[in-house]
Amino acid sequence: MTPAGSMDEGLRNELSRQGVFVVKLTDLYNWGRKNSIWPLNFGLACCAIEMIAASMARFDISRFGAEVFRPSPRQADLMIVAGTVTKKMAPQVVRLYNQMPDPKYVIAMGACAISGGPFKQGYNVLKGIDRYIPVDVSIPGCPPKPEALLHALITLQKRIESEQFAGPNPAPRLARGAPGEYPVPRLGAHDIEPPFNPEVWQPPKLVREE
Amino acid sequence: MSAAPPSAPLPAGAAIDRDLLEISLGPHHPSTHGVFRMDVVLDGERVVRLKPVFGYLHRNHEKLAEGMTYLSSMPFTDRLDYFCSMTNNWAYALAVEKLAGLQVPDRAQYIRVIVGELTRLLNHACLIGFLTHDMGAMGTPLMYAFREREKILDLFESLSGSRMMCNYMRFGGCRVDLSPAWLQAARKVVDDFPRFLDEFDALLTTNEIVMTRSQGVGILPRELAINASVTGPMLRASGVDYDLRKVDRYGIYDRFDFRVPLGEHGDVYDRIMIRFLEMRESLTILRQALREIPPGPILDPKSKLRGFRPRAGEVYGRIEAPKGELGFYLVSDGSPNPYRYRVRPPSLINLTILEDMCLGQLVADAVIILGSVDIVLGEVDR
Amino acid sequence: MEPLEQLRARAEASVPGAVLEIVPNACPADPPSLRVDPGHALAVAWFLRDDPQLRLDYASNVTGVDWPETVTKEKARVKRMVDGVVKEFETVVEKRRPGFLEAVYHLYSMELKQGPVILRQRTGDRDRAVTVASLTPVWRGAEFQEREIYDLYGIRFEGHQDLRRLLMWEGFEGHPMRRDYVEPDDYDYEPTPHADVLEKARKHYPAPPAS
Repeated sequence: MTPAGSMDEGLRNELSRQGVFVVKLTDLYNWGRKNSIWPLNFGLACCAIEMIAASMARFDISRFGAEVFRPSPRQADLMIVAGTVTKKMAPQVVRLYNQMPDPKYVIAMGACAISGGPFKQGYNVLKGIDRYIPVDVSIPGCPPKPEALLHALITLQKRIESEQFAGPNPAPRLARGAPGEYPVPRLGAHDIEPPFNPEVWQPPKLVREE
Repeated sequence: MSAAPPSAPLPAGAAIDRDLLEISLGPHHPSTHGVFRMDVVLDGERVVRLKPVFGYLHRNHEKLAEGMTYLSSMPFTDRLDYFCSMTNNWAYALAVEKLAGLQVPDRAQYIRVIVGELTRLLNHACLIGFLTHDMGAMGTPLMYAFREREKILDLFESLSGSRMMCNYMRFGGCRVDLSPAWLQAARKVVDDFPRFLDEFDALLTTNEIVMTRSQGVGILPRELAINASVTGPMLRASGVDYDLRKVDRYGIYDRFDFRVPLGEHGDVYDRIMIRFLEMRESLTILRQALREIPPGPILDPKSKLRGFRPRAGEVYGRIEAPKGELGFYLVSDGSPNPYRYRVRPPSLINLTILEDMCLGQLVADAVIILGSVDIVLGEVDR
Repeated sequence: MEPLEQLRARAEASVPGAVLEIVPNACPADPPSLRVDPGHALAVAWFLRDDPQLRLDYASNVTGVDWPETVTKEKARVKRMVDGVVKEFETVVEKRRPGFLEAVYHLYSMELKQGPVILRQRTGDRDRAVTVASLTPVWRGAEFQEREIYDLYGIRFEGHQDLRRLLMWEGFEGHPMRRDYVEPDDYDYEPTPHADVLEKARKHYPAPPAS
């Protein structure tokens, strides 16, 4: 844990040897949160099988406190977008994300969820879920091995641990004007509309070298 | 079962009475095994209409394949039925070999049988795990099945470099040869598997809850099964003796001694039992194949990885994948890309009779009837 | 399995008015196919299913193929009078094959364990006359596959009970598996050397003015 406020390091160590732990409330809160992440039981495609494998005996995601897969978004903290998001499915994914209570996190698992992956050229494939919702951790791979998912989870835990609620750098979701809900795209005549959420994602600015 | 009066099925397009309840199961629902949706109309607890809705994982596999070379589609076939990449590879390789007239050497045929039957083992074990999960055995049988799956995936990983997406077969053979150490490891997995299977069998087949939940539920009559093009364990559970390993004798399946288990009632319980018995038959095939595998080349010398242009024409190749008949229909115009590339997905076609099986059943049973069909959405929607 | 010629003769004898054509297959691994006119397709299908020698009770694979209009150029020699003398000229003759859509059925027999017999139906063109007969009344297994063809190729199946889109959403326009389908532009740049992707990227990210 991060040192508690301005307390003297030596005194704190001395106290902890005596069995007295002095921490900031924020740190205690984050410590609890990071070790009890409840993922949404939400599989889209191939990567979902590796996600299930991560929760099974060999990889055992419960070592990190994240084994409680919840079927309902209302009870979930973490959405693991495991697989190809098609255009037909994208509105539902955004809606599920909107239904999750704050604080909530997203792991984009696998190449498809990041960018469309091998199916990128397909007419019904969304080129990355980050076009509509903010993504915290991306895991490359097709599919990523369960170890990679565990690594992503630990990365996310580190992020949660260092989250601040006040002060100069609060968590982005606490910033003034942060959206509570993200607009759900509609299924249009040829494509989903709008093709991306400009608040979350912009087409890459390309600098051509010629 | 219970003596409640049967509810009359609701014809398609009929208005929904205010006493009926229309619910949408999916596309995000823990029981639908992925992004599949059923629009269900209920009379109390009983299903009076059930319309499946597809396309939530339609990844345009066929369209993409028309824009790339024949070999480039091979890794995409892995992602059709993502439990069984080896058999998907095999079906596609078989179709292209028919088209191009390639001969697969003996050793490669044996390797294909070995990895194909290992795939069947892991698919059936996981399916039973998922199905009992749907029945309320939360996780435990699934945990056992995935433990065994990991052992088989270790074999696949050391052979092909990838756990799930093996991309292992090539037109006219296989990509890399087996090592003696691999064969030894495979023999150990095959020798250990019956212990798991006996344990699994003892836990589930005579389990009272499994029997009550699955016997007499979701009955599929023999004639309807044939007429609706149902294939695989679903068809054989309804008592139809049609296994492509015996009918087409593709590859070298005529060299092995094995039986085709058949069901009597065509209910969910029979479908579970068929899969148990098929696993045992797969083990006998595996033992024979691991014993008899000859040395030799693993790739047809005529096969070309680069500049592969099969002759013009059309061909349909099919194999007995763990879920049913997996076929590839290819139309070639002599160019390096297929003119038309079509996957015959057993999972999608086996769902044709989902409504027929569910009508009049409890909505909780509709979930396990769907589970017993054994679908993978990557293959249903492609 | 009886030869296809004989099968065709028996089917034509049993279904009055049906005209079946044997479509050759350049690949020797699979048999040639039978093309049936949509008007008699249903009756022929019933015959194929119920004939005791055939018993094709299992429609395995049902799929569509798109054949857009093609123009092939062939060289021909033409005689013409030039200044009172007959001279031979070489000209290029354009051969135009009108476009059509095709539904292909692979039929097997589970009872007699034989097959396949490949049945084809063709539409008149690719825009208006796109109706063929649905064979779902004969084989239930064709139900979803015919819906898929309707969705992705736009062939209408006369007699299908529930002809809706299967994979794409309701309200989607166009038939994406057709060869001339243009997918929506998604403002994406992909660092792969596919010519059409690069072309798209060049359009979205024009070169900076030379300074």
